[in-house]
Parts: sequence; structure tokens; C-alpha cells
Amino acid sequence: MKRLTLWAIAGLSVLLAACGNDANLPQDGPASIGPKPVLPGQQRGLLPSMTIASPAQWGDQRPTVPRGYAIAAIATDLRIPRQSLVLPNGDILVAEGKGGGTPKLTPKDVIAGYIKAKGNSSVKSGDRLTLLRDGNNDGIYENRSVFAENLNAPYGLALIGNQLYVANQDALVRFDYIDGQTRATGVPVKVTDLPSQINHHWTKSLTASADGRFLYVGIGSNSNITERGMIAEVGRAMVWQVDAQTGAHKPYATGLRNPTALAIQPVTGQLWAVVNERDELGPEVPPDYLTSVREGGFYGWPYSYWGQNVDPRVRPQNPQKVATAIAPDYALGSHVAALGVAFSTPAMGGEFADGVFVGEHGSWNRDKPVGYKVVFVPFRDGRPAGPPIDFVSGFRGTDGKTRGRPVGVSVDPRGALIVADDLSNTLWRVTPAR
Amino acid sequence: MIATPERPFRRPLHPAHAFLLAATVTLFLGALLSDLAYAMSHQVQWTNFASWLIAAGLLFGGLVLVFALLGLRHADRRGGRHLVYGLIVLAAWALGFINALMHAKDVWAVMPEGLILSAIVFLLACVAAWMGFSTLRTGDLP
Repeated sequence: MKRLTLWAIAGLSVLLAACGNDANLPQDGPASIGPKPVLPGQQRGLLPSMTIASPAQWGDQRPTVPRGYAIAAIATDLRIPRQSLVLPNGDILVAEGKGGGTPKLTPKDVIAGYIKAKGNSSVKSGDRLTLLRDGNNDGIYENRSVFAENLNAPYGLALIGNQLYVANQDALVRFDYIDGQTRATGVPVKVTDLPSQINHHWTKSLTASADGRFLYVGIGSNSNITERGMIAEVGRAMVWQVDAQTGAHKPYATGLRNPTALAIQPVTGQLWAVVNERDELGPEVPPDYLTSVREGGFYGWPYSYWGQNVDPRVRPQNPQKVATAIAPDYALGSHVAALGVAFSTPAMGGEFADGVFVGEHGSWNRDKPVGYKVVFVPFRDGRPAGPPIDFVSGFRGTDGKTRGRPVGVSVDPRGALIVADDLSNTLWRVTPAR
Repeated sequence: MIATPERPFRRPLHPAHAFLLAATVTLFLGALLSDLAYAMSHQVQWTNFASWLIAAGLLFGGLVLVFALLGLRHADRRGGRHLVYGLIVLAAWALGFINALMHAKDVWAVMPEGLILSAIVFLLACVAAWMGFSTLRTGDLP
């Protein structure tokens, strides 16, 4: 009997081990990245493929940047920095905080929550905006002050004239701002409430239209793939257009699972977004993406991905909606977790003058980790042209340890890329070496 | 005719064993019914219920498995029924565990394998309970 039990246990273990393994699949090549990605079949074993970041300190190490560029930490010991905004006078605002706290619905939520937390910072949510100033233009931001506090998981930031807009996890709010101000005066004014029930994907991304009339707010889905019920998805997985004066809003584009960062293209004024796609369909599908956002467009979630590729997990299905789904512009790769996007400027120099920077937080739902870097997607004639180039990397070391996880990126028009890192709680600044 | 002392399996199930065994059947039945409700309604809450019921079934069933293994001490003296009972409990638990992993898939990805496994696990739990409450206690059954 003992022997029998042992055999049964051994057999079960082998079966389970075989189920969670995608080591034999082609790893991320250029095929799954770019404007026309090859999408392999869906695949999910009995256990989802997972590799969780194993955090370590930076010590003397620094992220890697291309030759001719330099990187420096301009603020450390932040409290979960996520997005940043370069103000007209060169000051930098950082939104710090962590939202969510969704109820655990199933045993899986309990276990997965515990596992995934290991790959993140344990620092408490800042719920504040920190302002950094480099008074003498030496690249050292010697002045640091808390611009505003007691916010509710602030994330998206935008400035229109003398109004600073902040997307909290539950509301869009506005501060008065005058050039040179280091501390907000008074409490913010609410522009509009944002969908916040459950708030599975709590981040509210934000950008302002070129003419300053509208704000765009990215609102993530309330689940991975509708597992909290269809009703929880009402008003989610979309980008809102908000009238900056009145707060009146309407869905601008829908079916965007988690539009984690928005940016307005210089010259054209076109809205672009990076979007995180669904998990547990396989290590190579579906790709997270960068796309121009068409007014009234439907981008598939939850019924399909990358155009008309149906997700069989969704019930009831909706073939009519699938037929209208738009394929995005540019695949960044599956599970890279793009959380930041910013258009470059000629001051960034050379091959990085025209295109977008994308902050990739890094994967968990995959055996071989991807992301954990900032890439540059080159543009030509206003469209993505060519494969992404690593711009800031080395967040995940060759020793398998993860020292940082990039989130929001912003470009200083004077020639610097600002990268928020919510694992080491650092703000990095990359500049062309002078 | 009077009961003879040499009859095998005279001792009734330990009350804790009996309680856990009965509860396991109920929990796996609840999981099966929840799966059926989800399959017919597409209401995702049913599959959440099934996940918790399976988890509870594994907890209670795991303790039944401990009792079953302890019962194997008597297996050599009293024929193979303890062994068969233990194997059925083990099979129910192992398939129940696979079913728990299956139910950790999101929404409709559970179907149809989750429903089929729930049915098999429930049937195995029924067989185990039948054997546990009859054969092991009286030894009268074949």
C-alpha cells in the first residue's frame, strides 16, 4: 500500500509539473512584436505559468542606458512612484501611491495575491504628489517638497494652463497651479467621479488634449477576463473624454482592457495609449500594445483580442461586437506590462528623437520574464516604424534578481527621460551625455 | 444467530471520521450543483461557489484520507476492504485537487473539464461514504 501511495503521489507531481511548463515554446522573438504580430495558439496548463520577480537592492549598480547617455537617481525613498509630469519651469511632479484592495473572491485570489505581492515593494502607499526641483540646472534635484497629500492613490497627471489635474483612483480632481509653486494651496476641487467600485485595475491614467479643452482618462477593466461578473464591467475598460471645464464626460473608445498610460502625439494631437492585455491565455498571447486611440473605436475586450481573435473564456459571447473590433497599431509583446508612455523630443538626440518611450513593469504570467525595461519605439511619418530598442534596461539582473520595475515615463523637453521605479521607489533621469 | 466476535469490521467508524466523510460528500455535491448552475446560467458567481466548496471538500476529504490511512493498520488482518476504501478516498482527493486547479482558471475556461471532474469526484465520494458507513462497520457486505 505504501508503495502504491507513493506512486500515486509521484504520478500526480509529474502530471502537475508537466502542466505549468512552457519552456518548449518559442520565446519572444520579433514575431510577437511590431505592427503585425504572429499570434500563437492559446495555451494554459493546469497551473498558470508564473515567474515572480525576486527583489534585490541596487547597491552600486545602475540601470543600463545606451552609449552616449547617462542615468542618475534624482529621488529615492519615494512611496510607490508611478507617474510623473514635467512642469513648464522644469520641476517634476511624481504621483505616489497604490490603490485597489479588491475583495478576494476565490481561493485562487488568496493564493495568487500572496505570490504576486512578493514581486512588489512593501512600502506603504504615499497617496501624495512630490515635487522635485533642480534650481541650478546641474542635474541634481536638490529641492524636494510634498506638493499635495492625502490623495486617494493618485496616478495620472496633466497640466492645462494654471490647472493641475490629478486622476485619483476614484475621482478626477484639480488644483490651482502657478509657475514655481512648491505646495498646493488648499484641497483639490473634484472635476468628476471616476468608476471605482471594486477597482480591480485601479490606476486612472490621464492626459490633456493639445488644445486644453479635454482630458482623457484611462479606466481599466474590473477583472482579468470578466471573472467578477459582466455587471462589474459596466463603464470599465475604456477611455473617457472629459470636458476640462465642466467635468462632463463620455466614453471616447472602449474594449481597451487596461489603458495604463495615455499621451498626445506632438503636431497631430492624436491620442495614443499603452494597454495591458489579458492573462492566462498563454505566454505568447495576447500582446500588450501601443495604439493610436480612435474616437468611438472598440478594441475587443473582453470578447476578443488583437482584432477578431475570440477569447473563448467569455460567456455569453458577442460575435457582433467582435466583428467591429479594431486591431491595435503596435504589439509590445505579451505580458510585458506597459505602464508608461511618452513621446520623445529632438532634444533626446540621435536615433531617439522621433518615437515613444514605453515603461514596461515586467511579466509574471510567463516562465521566462519579459519587460522590466524602458523601450523606445521609433516613429516615422507619425507611425511606429521598426522594432523597439532597449533604452533603459538592467532592472532584472543576470543573477535573476529584480532591482527595479519601471512604471511611468515622461520626457523633459530640455532633453531628459524621467522613469518612475515602483520597486526601488526611485525616480531615474536619463540624459544625453553632454 | 448471535454476532460472533471473529467477524471482521465490527467497530463502527470513529464519529469524527463519519462526520468528515459525510461532510465531504455534501461539499462535493454542492460543487457539482454549482458547476451545473454556472454551465446553465453563465453567472460567474456559481463558479466562485464551486471553487470554495471544492476547497472545503479537499480540507475535509484530506482528514478522511488520514483516517483511511490509519485504518490500513488493520488491512492485512481484515482483507482488502480497508485498502480499497483508502484507494477510493485517495482517488477522490487527488481528482478533487486537480479539479481545484481546474477551477482556478478564469470563467468559462473551467468548462467542461471542471464539471466532468466535479461529477467524478462526487461519485467517488459517494462510493467512499457507502463503503465507509456499511462495509467497514458491519462487514456484512460483499
